Order: sequence, then structure tokens, then C-alpha cells
Amino acid sequence: MELVTPETGTEDRALLEASPLAVRGLTVSYGEKPAVFSVDATFQPGVMTAIVGPNGAGKSTMLKAALGIVTPLSGRVTAWGAPLDKMRDRIAYVPQRASVDWDFPTRVLDVVMMGQYRQLGLLGRVRTEHMRTALHCLERVGMDGFADRQIGQLSGGQQQRVFLARALAQDADLYLLDEPFAGVDAATETAIISVLKALRDQGRTVVAVHHDLSTVPDYFDRVFVINTSKVAEGPVSEAFTRTNLQEAYGGRLAAAQMGALG
Amino acid sequence: MVWEALTLQLGYNATLVTLGAALLGMAAGATGTFLFLGKRALVSDAISHATLPGVALAFVVMVALGGDGRALPGLLAGSALSAAVGLLCVSGLTNRTRLSEDAAIGAVLSVFFGFGIVLLTVIQSMTAGRQAGLESFLLGSTAGMLLQDAVVIAAGGAVVLLLVVLLRRPMTMVAFDREFAAGAGMNVPRIELAMMGLALAITVVGLKIVGLILIVALLIIPAVAARFWTDRVGQVVILAGLIGGTSGYIGAALSATAPALPTGPIIVLVAFGLFTLSLFAAPNRGVMAALLRHRRFRARVHVRQGLLALAQAQPIYEGLTLRLMRRRGLIRADGVATDLGRIEAARALRDERRWQVLRSDPAHEEAAASYDGLTPLDDVLTPDQLAALDSGLRPKGVS
Repeated sequence: MELVTPETGTEDRALLEASPLAVRGLTVSYGEKPAVFSVDATFQPGVMTAIVGPNGAGKSTMLKAALGIVTPLSGRVTAWGAPLDKMRDRIAYVPQRASVDWDFPTRVLDVVMMGQYRQLGLLGRVRTEHMRTALHCLERVGMDGFADRQIGQLSGGQQQRVFLARALAQDADLYLLDEPFAGVDAATETAIISVLKALRDQGRTVVAVHHDLSTVPDYFDRVFVINTSKVAEGPVSEAFTRTNLQEAYGGRLAAAQMGALG
Repeated sequence: MVWEALTLQLGYNATLVTLGAALLGMAAGATGTFLFLGKRALVSDAISHATLPGVALAFVVMVALGGDGRALPGLLAGSALSAAVGLLCVSGLTNRTRLSEDAAIGAVLSVFFGFGIVLLTVIQSMTAGRQAGLESFLLGSTAGMLLQDAVVIAAGGAVVLLLVVLLRRPMTMVAFDREFAAGAGMNVPRIELAMMGLALAITVVGLKIVGLILIVALLIIPAVAARFWTDRVGQVVILAGLIGGTSGYIGAALSATAPALPTGPIIVLVAFGLFTLSLFAAPNRGVMAALLRHRRFRARVHVRQGLLALAQAQPIYEGLTLRLMRRRGLIRADGVATDLGRIEAARALRDERRWQVLRSDPAHEEAAASYDGLTPLDDVLTPDQLAALDSGLRPKGVS
């Protein structure tokens, strides 16, 4: 699955090497109907990109396939121009909150420490420095004082913050988030976006599947519009247009959302 | 006799069998925890039933080669092989067809078990070999167990236990959040395979003592029982190991006193006893604790409602409210408030008024979210915040 091959044009090669995550010709199918069809994407470094599209447009699937969590039918993936597997420790992934069982017997601190698995390895002892890092990550998402809570006691917004803290503990250069604002309270949304903006200001890359069109211009620098196949990709000012959204959402684009475009 | 068995005074062989069963139980409890937490508990049932054809075929092959058909290592190897085939069938059916995993488990379990029973029947009618005792693999038996058999079981249990300790971190991560584990570059299918492999090893090693029908109980019951006591994975694993080990020890010792009794059911009954104890007696998650918590909560609600009614001079109709308030000395037998009752009622009313002010003040949005009609505001706000709130309660013009 080498993406940079001798045939790769020099122009595309330069693009790929700069991009923290790029896919070419990605197709994913559950059964006989492709959820994502022949998608090319080149995410830009040091900016925040939103992946938007209607329900069932393949936003999450594309992200999971790019990371190898689901197996694509075809397509190639690179991270900084190299095979993805060589770059895993520079990438942090935040799955959807609903994808896990919150009655699992574990504490908030233990979940955050899962982000340090690469440093800990199979049998490495948990040292105070690991604890301190995890506690600091909880602080950054406004959850200090929650370290000893059982995860089942958390509200939806708090669960999402814990997931973000676990990703922060990975200390990655590329953060991929699947619907980080789905079903969270307003305070949590503010807390999460300020953490993500701080990451970007440190030069890290943020890519998030996002469903609320009205906040796209406030939160993100770039946008990737998808409905099974790619509709548009570019800076918000260029790609987040009425025409592109109409193409992606069709009749499902509510008048109120159009209003948000100004 | 029972006391002698429990204190390991029934001879060298019985002692070794008992210790072997204890080790097996520990390993089964620890392994089963990850199956249970990963919601894959029933796969182990398919694995165990799929061992039977392997046991029978291994017997036939060994007899045909002129050996002892009942040699344990050979039988275990055969059972492991056919269990692995069964496991492959389950994952193949789940991944390549539209069948869900539970349906695949049901199909594989019954077909393999049925085939195994047919083979056993055929073997019974064979003249060669000493086939008697082969059916003890169904329910387990320690009677007539050889010394080396016990050693194989104890060693197998110890090895599995060691592997569980070694793989606990990746297995926990995959059981909790397989998408994150995959995203972090873990080989999730391989870790799940290892998990299944450990379950398979437990099944095979436990065949002789617990039997293939009930081994699933030794994998699952300890984990389920342990979950009642604690909210941390590591402690669930250790506790499940202890519960499994205790069940194996007591069960094997008891069955040594009465050789006619199959060992598996006794071990499982002991495990069930520990499960029942956990179900009722565990703090927090246990049934008794939940019942007590609910009663305490109900009492708080009733008393609070009663006090608010008193403060606003409304009648109280509910019998339970009246009883609870009488018992606390808040009202007299005829329903009139006592001095204490009047003080408490005034306090409850003031608290409720404070909450009303707080909830209409956007500056206290975060504190307002913790309103449940019961928590006194004194627990939520600091004294100076309370004072500031109270200034808004006073009628205008009075300072």
C-alpha cells in the first residue's frame, strides 16, 4: 500500500509529504453499497479542518478507513508522505462517545492513561510522571477533580472531555475526532473548541467530523464536504459555499442552515 | 471426611488434583473477565462444545495406532484442534455471512456437540480400547485421575494465568474501546485471537476436571460475581481469579470425598454460591445495597416534601410521609408540628426559596444544574455566595 511510488508526480509527492493525512481513491463498502466512493483528500498541516456532510454520507467511515479501523475496498493512505503504520504514534483518534460501554469498570484516570499505552508498553510500571501527565490532560479539558470517578457517573459532556483528555495524553501531531460536539452541553463545546484551537496554535493539525453547519466558520479553517464521494475541499471561505452544500445535502439543507452561510 | 478433603489430607493424588483445580479456576476466572467485559462470553460456550468431536476422534486415532486411547495429552490435543476449527467456523460465519455472532455460536455449538455425541456412541460399540470413562469429559471427574494428569492441568492453568497477566493491558483496551485501540495502531484482531486462544486453553485444560458442558460457567460466573464488588478492571480480574480458584479448590475437594459425584457440577455450584453471595451482599452494586439506598432516598424525598408542606401550612395526606416525620420527631402523633418540625420546615422552605433565586440567576448556571429538590444549597455554595444570594431574597426597602 505504498502511496508515494515512482509514478507519483512530483507535484503530488510534495503535497503528500506536507500533509499529515492524505488518502487517494478511498472506497469503503459495508455490503454492496459503497459508503465512501473513490475519495481523494489532502488534509493540511497546522490548521483545523471540518468534515461535513449529511447523515450517512460516510464522514465517520472515511475517517475510520483512513486509520485502518475499518478495511477499505481500495485506496491508499499516507501520513506525512509515509505509510500510516510508521506514523501511528504521531496520530491521536477520538472515537464517537457512543461507541463504548460506559458501565465498563474503570476510572477516569485509567481511561486517560490508555493514551500513554505506547510509553507504558506491555508491562511497564505506571510511574508518577505518567500520572502527572494524565492529571494535567484532565486539567486542560476542565476535569480536574474527576480523576477518581467511575466513568459511569459522568454526564455526556464529561465523557467527551475524558475522551479528548485521553487523546491529549498521546501528545500527537495530528488529532482526528469523530463528532466531538455530538450531544454535549454548551460549556463542554466551548471547552473542547478552545483546547482544539490551542492545539492548532501550537502547530498541530486537527480534523473533526462535524454536523453543525452553523458553527463551521467560527470553529474551523478548512472544510471537506462529502456525500459518499468528495464534493469540495478547501479553505472555509472558498469551499463552504451554498452551491457545495446544496450539492452535498440536496433537499435536506434546511433554510436555517443556509442562513448561517450569510 | 469433608474437612479432611478441604485440608488436603486425602492423600497425595487428591491433594494434587485439588490444587490443580484451584489453579485452573484462578486462570479461568481471570481469563473469563476479559471475555465478559468484551461481551464475548458466549463464544467460550461454542469453543467448549466444539471440543467433543476432537476428544472422540483422538481416542479413535490413538486406539488405531495401538496406543492407550485415554492418554490425556493426546485427547487434549485432539480437543484443542476441533475447538479451534469450531472457533474458525464462528468467526467465518460472523464475518462472511449476514449471520450475527449469537446465531453462529448457536449453530456451531449444537452441530459440533451433536457430531461428538454420535462419535461417542460409535466408540461405545467398538471392541478395542478401554473406552469406559470417555464420557467423563462431559461433566468432569477426578475419580481415577492420574498423577501426570493433575500435573498437566496445574501447569496449563499456571501458564494461562501468566499470559493473562502479560496481556492484561492490551486486552483491557480492546475490551473497553476497540476503535481507539485500532486507531492507536494495536492489532485488534490478533489481541482478540489471543483472548479466544486463552479461553480455548482453559477449556481444553479444564476438560478432565470440569467437563466441556460446564467449563463456560467457570469462565463467566467468577467474573460476573467479581463485578459486583468493584469498579476497577484490575480488581475485577484479581477477584474473579480468587473466586474461580476458591470454587475449583472447594469443588474438587468435595468431589474427592464422593467419587461417584461428577466434579464439574460441584465446582459450578460452589461458584454459584459465591455469585449469590455477591449478588446480595456486595456494597453499591448488590441487591441489598440498592434496596437500602432506594429506601433511604425515598425517605429523604418524603420528609422534604412533608417539611415543605408544613412550612406552607398545607395538609399532609400520605401515610408514609406522616410515619417518617413522626419517627423523626418532626410532628406529633396528631399531626401537629413539633418545635423541631417548625425549625426544620422553615429551613427547608428557605433552602427552596434560595434555589429558586439561584436558578433564575444566569451567573449561577453551573450550580443550578445540580438542583434535585433534595440537596441543601449549603452543600453547593460557599458562605459568601449564600449571603449574596440571600440579599436578593429580602423584601425591597428593608436592609
